[in-house]
Amino acid sequence: MIGLVIVSHSAKLAEGVRELAVQMAGDEVGISQAGGLPDDAQALGTDAFKILSAIEEVWCEDGVLLLMDVGSSVMSAEIALEMLPEQQRRKCLLSNAPLVEGAIVAALHAGLGEPLQTVNAVAEAALSTPKLANTG
Amino acid sequence: MGQEITTSQLRKWLLAYAARIIENEAHLTKLDTAIGDADHGVNMRRGMSKLKERLKEEKQSEDVSSFLRSVAMTLISGIGGAAGPLYGTFFLRAATSPTNGSSIDLVQLTQMFRYGLDGLQQRGKAQADDKTMIDTMQPAVEAMEAALAAHQSPAVILAAARQAAHLGMKHTIEIEARKGRASYLGPHSIGHQDPGATSAYFLFETAAEVFTKTGAG
Repeated sequence: MIGLVIVSHSAKLAEGVRELAVQMAGDEVGISQAGGLPDDAQALGTDAFKILSAIEEVWCEDGVLLLMDVGSSVMSAEIALEMLPEQQRRKCLLSNAPLVEGAIVAALHAGLGEPLQTVNAVAEAALSTPKLANTG
Repeated sequence: MGQEITTSQLRKWLLAYAARIIENEAHLTKLDTAIGDADHGVNMRRGMSKLKERLKEEKQSEDVSSFLRSVAMTLISGIGGAAGPLYGTFFLRAATSPTNGSSIDLVQLTQMFRYGLDGLQQRGKAQADDKTMIDTMQPAVEAMEAALAAHQSPAVILAAARQAAHLGMKHTIEIEARKGRASYLGPHSIGHQDPGATSAYFLFETAAEVFTKTGAG
């Protein structure tokens, strides 16, 4: 069963998205979050070392999917991956999925025991799932 | 190339850089208020305060690569905002460039900047004329390489880098942002100098000051 990492500029947002995802996944899926800056929980920003710890927290051999918000989240997540040993790095995947919808869908499918690539594919598909009936 | 730049001179350079950024916090904030989210001054000051603390610690490696790596780690965590991963990556990649152990010559200094620039470009995906740090760094590194190829003296090489960096920074006033927060403004970003290009300029300004002062000219 894969693990999930929620990355956001805001610690509150990361915690909130994690809360939603946990509710979908049940207790079996490891979901960690890395939000905000290390010294100041109120300050907005992303930190590669925080992301690295979050990956280690939910690490498992099946892999870890990282879901990010905007801007430097992606760059910080890339740096975190580069800091991992090669055998761990190749089992980590940065998702292009929207953070909230992606995390919910990913948690659900991770809970079903689906492999990393499949979970990422359904999470990314959330980008094109309409929210409003009349836009479909 | 005769002149060797030791790790302790690199440390002096980055202390001068940190001081220059801290002096210019209000200026960077003003630039970023015009076209960004007004956090570049505060973020850079936070990172530079951490860097100063780190550089003043007593026990430090004299190895150039480990020194640059520790600078990178400090900036990745210390700056916050998009500049953290960008400056962090610059120094992470710079740390992989060739050295003589505890010193580098002018060729290696130029390579150090080249490695950093390439890393920065890979990370941020920005090209020239996107109105970013790249608009300062790319012409500066190219000017260094050209001056080096023309067998210029260290002072001339460093002055060329500084001048090209300055022109590049000023050029960002004329162009429209295509990367970063300022790109949301589209044509409204024209007429404003890019804050990232400005903080990047100080790297070359302080390098020219510190390395020219401490070495042969």
